[in-house]
Amino acid sequence: MQEAMIKRAKELLADGTVNRVIGWKKGEFFYDITPAVFETAEEIDADFVFDDFTSANVSKYLVKESKKEGKILAFLKPCDTYSFNQLIKEHRVVRENVYIIGVPGGPKLDIEKIKAKGITGVLGVKNENFTLKIDTLYGEETMPFYEAICGKCADCKSKKHVIYDELIGEDGDVLDSNRFDMVEKLENMTAQERFEFWREQLSKCIRCNACRNVCPACTCEKCVFDNPNSGVENKAASDSFEENMFHIIRAFHVAGRCTDCGECSRVCPQNIPLHLLNRKFIKDINALYGEYQAGADTTSRAPLNTYDTEDCEPSIVHERGVE
Amino acid sequence: MLKIAKNRLNELFAAIAEKQTLYIPVDREDGAAEYRKWENGCEMSGALNTVRSAKDFFFPQTENLVDFKMEGKNIEVIDIRKESEDFVIFGVKACDARSFTILDKVFLVDPVDSYYKTRRDHGTVVTMACTRPSETCFCGVFGIDATAPEGDAACFSDGENIFFKANTEKGQAFIDSISSMLEEGDTAKLDEVQAKTKSILEKLPLANLSTDSFGGARLKEHFNSDKWGELSEACLGCGTCTFVCPTCQCYDIKDFNTGHGIKRFRCWDSCMYSDFTKMAHGNPRLTQLERFRQRFMHKLVYFPANNEGEFGCVGCGRCLSKCPISMNIVKVMKALEVK
Amino acid sequence: MQVNNNFEPVIVAFCCNWCSYAGADLSGTNRLNYPTNVKIIRVPCSCRVNPMFILRAFQKGADGVIICGCHPGDCHYTSGNYFTRRRITLLYSMLDFLGIERNRTRLEWVSAAEGAKFAATMQQFTEDVRKLGPNRRLEDLRCRKQ
Repeated sequence: MQEAMIKRAKELLADGTVNRVIGWKKGEFFYDITPAVFETAEEIDADFVFDDFTSANVSKYLVKESKKEGKILAFLKPCDTYSFNQLIKEHRVVRENVYIIGVPGGPKLDIEKIKAKGITGVLGVKNENFTLKIDTLYGEETMPFYEAICGKCADCKSKKHVIYDELIGEDGDVLDSNRFDMVEKLENMTAQERFEFWREQLSKCIRCNACRNVCPACTCEKCVFDNPNSGVENKAASDSFEENMFHIIRAFHVAGRCTDCGECSRVCPQNIPLHLLNRKFIKDINALYGEYQAGADTTSRAPLNTYDTEDCEPSIVHERGVE
Repeated sequence: MLKIAKNRLNELFAAIAEKQTLYIPVDREDGAAEYRKWENGCEMSGALNTVRSAKDFFFPQTENLVDFKMEGKNIEVIDIRKESEDFVIFGVKACDARSFTILDKVFLVDPVDSYYKTRRDHGTVVTMACTRPSETCFCGVFGIDATAPEGDAACFSDGENIFFKANTEKGQAFIDSISSMLEEGDTAKLDEVQAKTKSILEKLPLANLSTDSFGGARLKEHFNSDKWGELSEACLGCGTCTFVCPTCQCYDIKDFNTGHGIKRFRCWDSCMYSDFTKMAHGNPRLTQLERFRQRFMHKLVYFPANNEGEFGCVGCGRCLSKCPISMNIVKVMKALEVK
Repeated sequence: MQVNNNFEPVIVAFCCNWCSYAGADLSGTNRLNYPTNVKIIRVPCSCRVNPMFILRAFQKGADGVIICGCHPGDCHYTSGNYFTRRRITLLYSMLDFLGIERNRTRLEWVSAAEGAKFAATMQQFTEDVRKLGPNRRLEDLRCRKQ
């Protein structure tokens, strides 16, 4: 796949269709790839990579990149295309300045999941019949492939590219995923249990803002939490309330716009399952206002930008789940 | 050397905790480790290091400095500090132990930060030598020996026993206080383990990283380097690197109106943030490139310039494993290296 | 649940200028009683209530928050309260998901002619919150009165 992508990228650069390529750049190790913009064939040959660890979603970079001179080639995985579509809907990207090649998605691997097994000094990984053979400073280790995949890939919602100019590889379908299972499990806990679950999770937050800054839906020029005039600007939570407020407001602000790309949970240095907050909104929207997938198209109205005169009342909260 | 059998470690913890508060690294359910107050049943983590560094103990992420109360035209200033109690941090790794030396150079020089100093005075740092360094480790580059950590007292494990060695008076006092539980032990096996760890340290992929191109004198060539654009282009501007870093020491001070008074807080700040060092006239660093450059220039050039060549990095590797886009000090050093 | 008889909850009521605020006024001119625990904040439309307002009310010491607006279809701005309804439903559902007690939040439609409904709603809501006791799950400890 990587070779085909490099070949096509160089062709498009050579014939002048695009003047830049956004993709992923090799790192120091085999897993620490960085999103990068390539301008020449030499750069692409030297550093372009597409493998089991290229899980980063590059859509958000296109907010800035698509406003620059010339056209940029972007390789988007299925989940990334949803993010990009949503950005088109919100007029945050210039569609004409992006040439999109759809590439197959995951499952991608997460090095943290490997390290969480106590495997350290990792030098290389090979997938043999869904068993990972891991070469380390301390000899070879093995673990099942499926225990090392990215959280966001484990709950993959769709293998379909919702926007592209051309495809490399085949297009897939929207999947019947069980991504709401954990949300449902929490809904069926008592309020006390839910409270304790979230306190434990959110108290780990170090307010690094990685979840916000990586989120393709968080594209405000100035976030309310960075604005000293908002009265809620804070750089670190001095009280548990501030942890709650930040995450509630952030999830709320992307409600109906979050495509469930899973980047927030992927980047969280403290492994907080932030995607569950977003999924709770998605699940509620689906149940109360009709099935809606943000980013699936560029024309429909977002559920919070519209209404129905027969909508349910907020008291419906009392009738659902467990208190 | 004095030692205790590894399976008696919990007894030892109980004995220490009887006299003062004890913190040890423990495993969380998500597989990551963090420092927690020791309570009966706490098992020490076998992980290489904690997600958050040990700097929290001396320089916490948020801290209430002072309170104010207003009545009419009078403002009452209330010192909210309580009597500090002695505490022990057990199991600090060599990199984090060195980070305290670096933080001391910031907070203990004139004017001394009394909040920081009080905690330093009351804390005893007990370190633990590494036996399984990771590929992201590069403490050796900064002259740190992971098998002989600093700290008030150092511990060494040979797999079955934990050996103790005092580095300071405070460390000696700590060992004396637990000496009834320790016994003299043979270090033959320990020497073997240490030698093995040393050979791994030499083989680490980042062992040959060079600091020769950096230091206080290299300001202009690096500041004006054209590499910064490419290095910073993917930076998200989040504070992950800063907040997991054991040596980052920038902070901000904010007043919080509680409705019945004012609380003044100090909290960690990150030079990656758009409002870092924002002043009345605005912000001195307007682009992410400038903010990104600030962080690495501070560690590799400005800090050594002001501190006899000491770099502001200890090679713990946290930013390597936690940066959402995997851009880190190692990549920066390699890109800026003058061959 | 422990009932503290001395506990007087702080209730914040966001009332839309055109219906609910006038409804509150009417209940006053009609000499109908509603608890003094209720602090009214007048907003131009119920849809002006940003979720942040609700959280901030809890932060600064509210034990319960209620939003009152025009009945659906009667919005002074035609459709504001329809948006409110969706937004607040999702927010309350999220607070519930985080384990915050359901009875601490409420939304009620009160017209300018419903002074009696306003008073009854406030009485009921205050009682519900009183039963829950002080807000502990969504409070800011720094703001707690010593």
